[in-house]
Amino acid sequence: MQPGMLQLLGLIVGRDLRLAMRHWDQVIQPLLFFVIITTLFPLAISPALDELRRIAPGVVWVAAMLAALLALESLFRPDIEDGTMEQWTLSGQPLSVMLLAKTATHWLLSGLPIVLMAPLVGSAMGMPPSAWGVTALSLALGTASLSVLGAIGAALTVSVRRGSVLLALLVLPLEMPVLIFGARAVDLAMHGEAVAGPLNLLAALLLLFISLGPFAMAAAMRISVET
Amino acid sequence: MSVAEFFDMGGYAAYIWPCYALSLVVLVGIAVSARRSLAAEHTRALRRVQSNQEQAS
Amino acid sequence: MSSNTESSVLNAPKAGTRWLWFHKLSSPPYAYRTSGVLRPWFLWSAVILLLVGTYGGLLLAPPDYQQKDSFRIIYVHVPSASMSLMVYVVMAVASAVGLIWRMKLAHALAAGCAAVGAWFSVLALFTGAFWGRPMWGTWWAWDPRVTSELIQLFLYLGFIALRSSFEDTQRADRASAILAIVGVVNVPVVKYSVIWWNSLHQGPSITLTGASIDSSMLWPLFVMLLAYALFFAAVMCDRLRVEILKRERNASWLADIGAKT
Repeated sequence: MQPGMLQLLGLIVGRDLRLAMRHWDQVIQPLLFFVIITTLFPLAISPALDELRRIAPGVVWVAAMLAALLALESLFRPDIEDGTMEQWTLSGQPLSVMLLAKTATHWLLSGLPIVLMAPLVGSAMGMPPSAWGVTALSLALGTASLSVLGAIGAALTVSVRRGSVLLALLVLPLEMPVLIFGARAVDLAMHGEAVAGPLNLLAALLLLFISLGPFAMAAAMRISVET
Repeated sequence: MSVAEFFDMGGYAAYIWPCYALSLVVLVGIAVSARRSLAAEHTRALRRVQSNQEQAS
Repeated sequence: MSSNTESSVLNAPKAGTRWLWFHKLSSPPYAYRTSGVLRPWFLWSAVILLLVGTYGGLLLAPPDYQQKDSFRIIYVHVPSASMSLMVYVVMAVASAVGLIWRMKLAHALAAGCAAVGAWFSVLALFTGAFWGRPMWGTWWAWDPRVTSELIQLFLYLGFIALRSSFEDTQRADRASAILAIVGVVNVPVVKYSVIWWNSLHQGPSITLTGASIDSSMLWPLFVMLLAYALFFAAVMCDRLRVEILKRERNASWLADIGAKT
């Protein structure tokens, strides 16, 4: 990577972080959504921790997925609306890398808070402390994958009016393996069993998505940007 | 095997025949719909060509 | 974009006639004409094979040891399920060809495939449910194959939904092409994860008798598989032509071809 490239990435990350700090009330919305969704389940099912404990891994994971979906709205739309994205596509710099940097920053702002909040929310559903670490780790890997996949979907649908449901329809089927492995890891941890299998699979998926995803993102973005 | 036995399908008639019927209906449906849209699109395209030629001349 | 730009992009055939077939293949009038010629062949061979396969499957094949006559559903279930997967791969490959070589015709093929593939998925799910009811006692089960077939349907519907959200056909072509490629890369991942997920919980799965399947049961299945593939080809001859016409603003060559075959 040329030194110019690193500078550019630093600028991108810095800009996004600064913008986020100015609108931190918008930044925490996905996190709040995550917590509210998990609250729905005890209300809908039962307050008994014994019953909730059984479904806790699934609930935490599905809530995280939905919150991540919602967060994607803010990933590319602002830059499309003010014309920044068009500049990027014309800039001659590798768009895939720029978009990946944006996605990574977005994850820091939306995914990471969920990762940190999840053990707390899990314990409210009866999850024992022995599972908290795996919950956080699996969600860290998982939400990162969700960010990359979601970014591809977001790039495809950003020019579509009211495209958030379409985004969900496109991205959720692709995210199902992440959900399967992640929820399974937490479930295993809760039963004191070995978690290496699913965690390794999550890591492998993340590597796959990070290596191929940015190209799809860039190709999709070029299509969305043209009028 | 008698005709009645054949239609009974060893007691599984209620499961087997709907499957075959549905498959037939869907396959025929796809084929017919494709034919119809081709006919419609063909007419539309010919009309476009005609009006283009008229405009050119 | 008219077909003139298309041929100029591809330019004259390369050295010798090596690339001539490729050049010819990507020409819409040629594809249009060829589809018209091939369709009856595909269609009638499909119909014959469907009749032969159905006869073999319903009458000639002996009842299964465990499942008795209910196993006969495989003769419509397995072909729909395999086609639903095969069509998706065709769609993804056509999409990739369309993106890489900027070939409108390839995008036309991908666009035409989607609805047909979705219907195959629907058929697979329905016939699977009718098979599951006598076998597992339930219309629906989260069996790995059922679950991944359902996800396959979602992938098709997503492709169709994305296409329809763009007014411009070119943008729709390219955006959905990216989605198809991302999807096809994911399909093995999804299948693997679903099998993995299901194996943990030891769900039921469709199997025929433990011993190897008798050949008298097997040949109708191959006949039906081939029949469905030929039927798909026949339908695509029409659907491809529809998509070609949608993308040709001035299909003056159409008048030369004359009435549709």
